[in-house]
Amino acid sequence: MSETLIRTLEPTTPDEVLEAVAEAAAGKRRIEVVGGGTKRGVGKVERPDLVLSLAALDAVLDYAPEELVLTARPGVKLKDLEKLVASEGQMLAFEPPRLAKLLGAKGEPTLGGALAANLSGPRRVRAGAARDHLLGFAAVSGRGEAFKAGGKVVKNVTGYDIAKLMTGSWGTLAVMTEVTIKVLPKPKTEATVLIFGLEDRRAVEAMARALNAPVEVSGAAHLPVAIAARAPLKAEMAVTALRLEGFDASVAARIETLGQALKDFGRCDVLHAKLSRDFWAQVREVEVFQKDPRPLWRVSVPPASGWRIGEALSGEVVYDWGGGLVWALSEDAAAVRTAARAAGGHASLWRGEAPLAAFEPLDGALAALTARVKAAFDPHGILNPGRLGA
Amino acid sequence: MRMPAPDVELIARKAEILRALRKLVPGEGVIGEADGLIPYESDGLSAYRQTPLAVVLPETTEQVSAVLAWCQASGVKVVPRGAGTSLSGGALPLQDGIILGMAKFNRILDVDYDNRCAVVQPGVTNLAISAAVQADGFYYAPDPSSQIACTIGGNVAENSGGVHCLKYGLTTNNLLGCELVLMDGQVVRLGGRGYDAAGYDLLGLVTGSEGLLGVVTEVTVRLLPTPQTARALLLGFPTVEAAGATVGDIIAAGIIPAGLEMMDKPAIQAAEAFVEAGYPTQAEALLIVELDGPAAECAELAGHVKALAHARGADFIRVSRDEAERLRFWAGRKAAFPAVGRLSPDYYCMDGTIPRRQLPHVLTRIHEMSRQYGLGVANVFHAGDGNLHPLILYDIEKDGELERAEAFGADILKLCVAVGGVLTGEHGVGVEKRDLMGEMFDETDLACQQRLKCAFDPDSLLNPGKVFPTLHRCAELGRVHVHRGKIAFPELPRF
Repeated sequence: MSETLIRTLEPTTPDEVLEAVAEAAAGKRRIEVVGGGTKRGVGKVERPDLVLSLAALDAVLDYAPEELVLTARPGVKLKDLEKLVASEGQMLAFEPPRLAKLLGAKGEPTLGGALAANLSGPRRVRAGAARDHLLGFAAVSGRGEAFKAGGKVVKNVTGYDIAKLMTGSWGTLAVMTEVTIKVLPKPKTEATVLIFGLEDRRAVEAMARALNAPVEVSGAAHLPVAIAARAPLKAEMAVTALRLEGFDASVAARIETLGQALKDFGRCDVLHAKLSRDFWAQVREVEVFQKDPRPLWRVSVPPASGWRIGEALSGEVVYDWGGGLVWALSEDAAAVRTAARAAGGHASLWRGEAPLAAFEPLDGALAALTARVKAAFDPHGILNPGRLGA
Repeated sequence: MRMPAPDVELIARKAEILRALRKLVPGEGVIGEADGLIPYESDGLSAYRQTPLAVVLPETTEQVSAVLAWCQASGVKVVPRGAGTSLSGGALPLQDGIILGMAKFNRILDVDYDNRCAVVQPGVTNLAISAAVQADGFYYAPDPSSQIACTIGGNVAENSGGVHCLKYGLTTNNLLGCELVLMDGQVVRLGGRGYDAAGYDLLGLVTGSEGLLGVVTEVTVRLLPTPQTARALLLGFPTVEAAGATVGDIIAAGIIPAGLEMMDKPAIQAAEAFVEAGYPTQAEALLIVELDGPAAECAELAGHVKALAHARGADFIRVSRDEAERLRFWAGRKAAFPAVGRLSPDYYCMDGTIPRRQLPHVLTRIHEMSRQYGLGVANVFHAGDGNLHPLILYDIEKDGELERAEAFGADILKLCVAVGGVLTGEHGVGVEKRDLMGEMFDETDLACQQRLKCAFDPDSLLNPGKVFPTLHRCAELGRVHVHRGKIAFPELPRF
């Protein structure tokens, strides 16, 4: 079926989502689920019969800043949500990246999309991932049944934690219609300690040293020299950056302690307030790899092994999460996969084409278990078929 | 407590079952005689007791795999057990099932500071992990009050919390990976040492699944650098409302304390009488606020918190001057359960979570119910995250008091759900809250959870009778529900 013939449904209530999915389930029709549509190119959906857009389900239903919880429909735009919580001095602590420019996509990323992809920014190392902030949800499964799980309070162990399964499932288990997330106070200020000229391996050691210091580092990134030289940074040396956040007195004290911990790695510089914020926004959005035609890989590995990816690929890489997250430009798909596996991690293709599945295939008992979990929610495979592989 | 009807034919095969299990776990690893089974009759929810068919104590993943595969093939039920400290009956035995005790998995396998994690066997105690890395300036953050005894495997099963989880999260937020043996004996590795894994977040699903999905044989936990300093404040208030409002003010000021606890007057008085922590015995409510980080930060924030408490009418304000005093401030809270235990022969600890703003209303209702049931109650509260622990006082020797205490507890939990909260914040559903699951979840919600159970354990042999109020055969759950109502998109072609 050519793309122009695919109908797009844009339900405006959870009941309409239920109707649409139940109809599709009855007819075994394949649905592509989208929010803002900015990540549609990641792990493409195979031969959908219809597109179900949640963009119109964008209301914030309840926000109780003093309870640290917020309930919204999944189509709420991240930019609107972040504006709302900022007005109460709060934030989405998992710092969801937008990545629309990186992926060459139009449209506005939504909360539902960030949760479905388990997208987390540099603060992952300290505050956790999207998966750590989804407290509960309502959804329609691929069976065409409306259900809920979790709760609307920050501490809950009642029943299975299905919210964890939903984050990172890329819409292949159920279509979320309501989500409750944890929000946290926004730090009063921030600063970034910079070290210059480190090789990748040495930079990963420096980041480990920083993350192991009692200073609550909330961002640890490294840009090798070839990358740091590009826009927007245009630096002459490799840049290793460590972010500190909190009250003024704490950040000042932590800069001191961190400087001591890092004295073996050369002279440190400090970026304050706005310069620091701007720096981490470009790290979060992987700005250095925007508008590049080469295939882009997201590699997740044990942080101390991050440098091995850069070494194995001889291509261009940037490091976030203290080395645990590596964005790599590479035409050699097999080499990326091999390097990721050898380092104890996995690689997924986020932009461009490759002769392999976009997401790391699973094997053996884990693959079989995963297939049974998928079938528990979506026995006919109607939700985002093919997106996460078989 | 109603449990699934025992299989008398299976119980009659006990001798044969013991012989088969002894081939899989040699030596002293299989207990069948009555005396040896007594220590396994109950867990931390000691009002319920049941002698298991047998106890198996494997030492290797291969043995766990062989035992589970044999039990699946032979239709024998399995109840996994760590240290047996569950407060919800998660490890309550079955008459026709074996206990799979994980106590011999007691080694720390690797400490990896470069990746800030430790790989440990499930029988290692929670506190032993922190103890092993303390000298190097690290610790494992979740700290359930049973941390001296409870095992990390049990923490994974229950998604255990503790007093520091407002800032540092529950068990689920502090795990990187595990090795899991499925009921059919297959072994899977979930997660690793990185921040995320390929595929669905099955590690997140298994955490808090109360031993119903698989048996954990290895756990990789995150380690954190120990904060430079910590200071505690004691704040006494003339009303519960003022204490509750202060908690809201602290969070509104952008402060997330490492610990934020509240005790009501009966709990304060019991704790003070027991350990002399220096608590204000005339206060209606006491807050303990712990701040951690650089000394400059603790000093600044302690000043903020004092001012906020003062503005809400706190008439007792103390800031710990040194580490000994900080620990003394905590000693009363940490001893609150045994302290309350001195007031009464038995107590029953509940575990609901509520939106914090509902606290005054909920405490008022609890006191009304206390009069109605004729049973005393003391309240300790993880105030920062809204997790309430009412301790109901009763005497098991007195006719009908246990039943009254259970009914009182159930009413409290229903109230928690009614005000927008949940049945359990950290102790788990187990057998204790199983029959209340319908208060929070409808049939479709529960079917959804039970289909996941079927994906892991299709014959429902692993810890049956826990969590779910009704046992369904997996085939019954397979029906596709077709919704017949108003059609939202009549323009869609149908076939």
